[in-house]
Amino acid sequence: MSLLDEQRSARREPRSQERACDRGRSPHDGASPLPAGTTGQERAAPAPDTIPQQRDQVTTIFEQGAPGRRAFVCPPIDVPLPAHEELLPARFRRAQPPRLPEVSEPEIVRHYVRLSKRNFDLDSGFYPLGSCTMKHNPRMHERVAALPGHARLHPLQDPERAQGALELMWNLQQALAEIAGLPHVSLQPSAGSAGELAGVLLTRAYHEDRGERRGKVLAPDTAHGTNPATVSMSGLELVKLATDEAGGVDIDDLRAKADGDVACLMLTNPNTLGLFDANTEEIAAIVHGVGATLYYDGANLNAVMGLSRPGDMGFDIVHFNLHKSFTQPHGGGGPGSGPIAVSERMAPYLPRPLVVRAENGAFDLDLHAPKSIGRMRGFHGNYGCLVRAYAYIRSLGADGLRDASETAVLNANYLLARLQNRTRPPIAELLPLAYGGLCMHEFVLSGGPMKAALQIRTVDLAKRLLDFGFHPPTVYFPLLVQEALMVEPTETECRETLDAFAEAIATILEEAAEDPQIAANAPYTTPVRRLDEVAAAKRPVVRQAL
Amino acid sequence: MLAEIGVESVQELFDRQIPEGVRLGRALDLPAGLGEQDVYEHLRELSERNVSAEQELSFLGAGMYDHYVPALIDMLTERSEFLTPYTPYQPEISQGGLQVMFEYQTAISELTALPVSNASLYEGPSAIAAAAYLAKLHNGRRRIVHSAGLHPHTIETLRTHAHGYGMELVEVPLRDGVTDQQAWAQAIEADTSAAIFAQPNFYGALEDAAALSAAAKDGASERNGKEEPDRQPPVVIAQVDPIVLGICKPPGECGVDVAAGEGQPLGNRLDFGGPSFGFFAAREEYLRRMPGRIAGETADADGRRGFVLTLQAREQHIRREKATSNICTAQALNALAGVAYLAWLGRRGIVELGELLLARTHYAREQLAAIAGVEKLHAQPVVREFALRLDGDLAAIRRRCALDGVNPGVDAHALSGRAEDRGVLLVAITERRSRADIDRLAEVLKSAIAAQREEVPA
Repeated sequence: MSLLDEQRSARREPRSQERACDRGRSPHDGASPLPAGTTGQERAAPAPDTIPQQRDQVTTIFEQGAPGRRAFVCPPIDVPLPAHEELLPARFRRAQPPRLPEVSEPEIVRHYVRLSKRNFDLDSGFYPLGSCTMKHNPRMHERVAALPGHARLHPLQDPERAQGALELMWNLQQALAEIAGLPHVSLQPSAGSAGELAGVLLTRAYHEDRGERRGKVLAPDTAHGTNPATVSMSGLELVKLATDEAGGVDIDDLRAKADGDVACLMLTNPNTLGLFDANTEEIAAIVHGVGATLYYDGANLNAVMGLSRPGDMGFDIVHFNLHKSFTQPHGGGGPGSGPIAVSERMAPYLPRPLVVRAENGAFDLDLHAPKSIGRMRGFHGNYGCLVRAYAYIRSLGADGLRDASETAVLNANYLLARLQNRTRPPIAELLPLAYGGLCMHEFVLSGGPMKAALQIRTVDLAKRLLDFGFHPPTVYFPLLVQEALMVEPTETECRETLDAFAEAIATILEEAAEDPQIAANAPYTTPVRRLDEVAAAKRPVVRQAL
Repeated sequence: MLAEIGVESVQELFDRQIPEGVRLGRALDLPAGLGEQDVYEHLRELSERNVSAEQELSFLGAGMYDHYVPALIDMLTERSEFLTPYTPYQPEISQGGLQVMFEYQTAISELTALPVSNASLYEGPSAIAAAAYLAKLHNGRRRIVHSAGLHPHTIETLRTHAHGYGMELVEVPLRDGVTDQQAWAQAIEADTSAAIFAQPNFYGALEDAAALSAAAKDGASERNGKEEPDRQPPVVIAQVDPIVLGICKPPGECGVDVAAGEGQPLGNRLDFGGPSFGFFAAREEYLRRMPGRIAGETADADGRRGFVLTLQAREQHIRREKATSNICTAQALNALAGVAYLAWLGRRGIVELGELLLARTHYAREQLAAIAGVEKLHAQPVVREFALRLDGDLAAIRRRCALDGVNPGVDAHALSGRAEDRGVLLVAITERRSRADIDRLAEVLKSAIAAQREEVPA
């Protein structure tokens, strides 16, 4: 019995016979988690076997509690109290306190714990969100990051009394430098896009220092949206590069656009199609040939750790997403961390401060660096994320990191093959691989043929996957693939999970062949069904009226 | 698995895809992997070589503060359901995170008295840089006027970012510890895009925010009134410490257009400087130019209340080079800690906490300023931090205090590099520093100064 079959049979059992009877219908017996006796078109009744509290009409924390109710007990005022006006003149005083909730501690706990249960999360199930590298987050990392020597360390503690933290940062700089094949590292950027901005700004500083003002940055049309947005924030102009038939950079287009006004090429490699560019060396030669720098978007580094290094590919600058390849938990949208590593010629421009080691072995923050682009943020970076990434690197070591990448690539190719080899339904025809044959750590399928043949779109497939207990892949990206579906299983998953996911895709496609409305109206088992995003954007309600 | 793929080995997957010239072909030069227990011991050992706020009586502040973080926040942020998902791209299975964002936005909006808030940015200084970028997108002008009372990290961060998007900074000096109002008004020109000050400022002083906002707006209209009657005033931006907003007049009531700042005081630990979160609230007219994620309320197909990421047409994954920011991953988990903390403090608690900080800060300032060789840097009202000028070698005095287990505060000069900050000590007070702690600081500081004077021959 496959994992999915187990899931299905579990779903077939109503949680209580009584409840199923109350609702006047028998437990559903079909192969899909669609309530029995309903078809897609008429479906309106909630599935009977969802967790009841998930389907509660929600209230916000502001709608709970009562006047005077509280959790916080303020320490007593233990100092003499001068006159009100002397302490804080009236013109600085707030007239009405902010209308924060008035709730007890149990209410707060219950509210947020209940809300948490309305989230799907990586610890609960498969999360093949392409380009996001949703790999397991070891709990030990939370434990070490919470040690008071890390968690209650003030960022302005004197360096001589923060030697452990600085040593950790220095060790991490060394490790990231080795992984990137680039000697100098700044841990400061707060996330990938901040790393990108630091990288493009220091490219600018590099050219300006040589007396050149170069106005353009090249990036393929497969690039993440952060690349072009970063270029704009850096005061430069984006020039898009076409993608060739193999899914890599179109070399002719690159040659035509690479000129003396190009500051930099930003490349993700493997790219967002999950393909390692076969012409990497030639690309580097062309870009360096016009005096520009090469920027490596490290979003997909999880494919090549210990196997191939951006520095060896000819890149001058690379950013790491510690929340991707180095398993900082994603936190529902952060925190992340986006260190950068650079080549010798870019080093003088790195953000301040850098962690350095003196001859006597003591660690310090170097605040001077006269050619530095300056600070990207307050203090030294997301140190708590650095602790976790460092713990990860020490846990895996050189062999473990390579093994992680190998397994990630194996898993992606296995899942791809599992899908493409399946003839009933013919997944290779309905959801063909957009480019290439093999893939690195992720792959992109096109839902275009599925849409034509079955009248369901990628979004429908994604929403129906929710009913099977899976987080959908990234959808509608990259933009050049019609109805794109970008799948990144990571090294975390075992074969059974990958099989179950492939099985779910097959089931949804078969089901759609019979009745496309099932997918078109999915999901059915989630805390809410499809939400009206158009209305939300048209008349935005972004805070509660109190 | 290999058979399903149709390859002989895992190696073949790489050999067929990565050109030979860029394969590493050797093991990374990194230490061998360790078991969980050994990694734990190594990281514990490193942590013990730091002197944290657990181990000394610390009055460090200047941007991050040792407030008490209630245990329920640890519990919530460690829950798998909040800790391990990503950005809520699939709202049907992300209602928890989306509703937290919506509640967070409501709380920040309430706190700042500004109608709209985003769901978080990285941290304080880059949030101010993001606000300046909003101003540039809004009015296309090139100059940023800012008070010298901004945190030095904010000024540096702003300079880095402004150089990128092609703006220049004009600094307005302080007078008696606060922004020089006359110089401020004069600095506002026709090409001023944004006017930025901090509340309270780097030296702990409360600024007359209403007067600064008014001067920025009036100055602009007076200068431009005749030729261009429709010309808009600059965007007024305040970097605000959120913990004082229970008692201090909020930016929205002082004419401020965008209030942003460091969220760490709200339920986030120190973590040697991060991760925390940056908050960002604004007037309604800036909603569609805001950076970052924004959650909005809507309904599902059955009419059930629900939440989604909204106004995504601002964002990099949709608008690419025309986006209002490049930010993608922000600080959602830290913002959760922020809103849970604000609910925990509650409507009354945030006022009580503010009054406590105010009273203790006042007490500490008077006690310390009474010591021979110590004087107040300025006489302005202070709420949670203040600046002293010490006669003597501040570094040596701080080292002496450390021997007695007391960290008296931040050496302002070490942070700002400004000549006039030599000998300036910034002392921060939180609810964790009792009267007895403050008395202990006064005693230790007094003897450190005395000892240091004896050591140096007159």
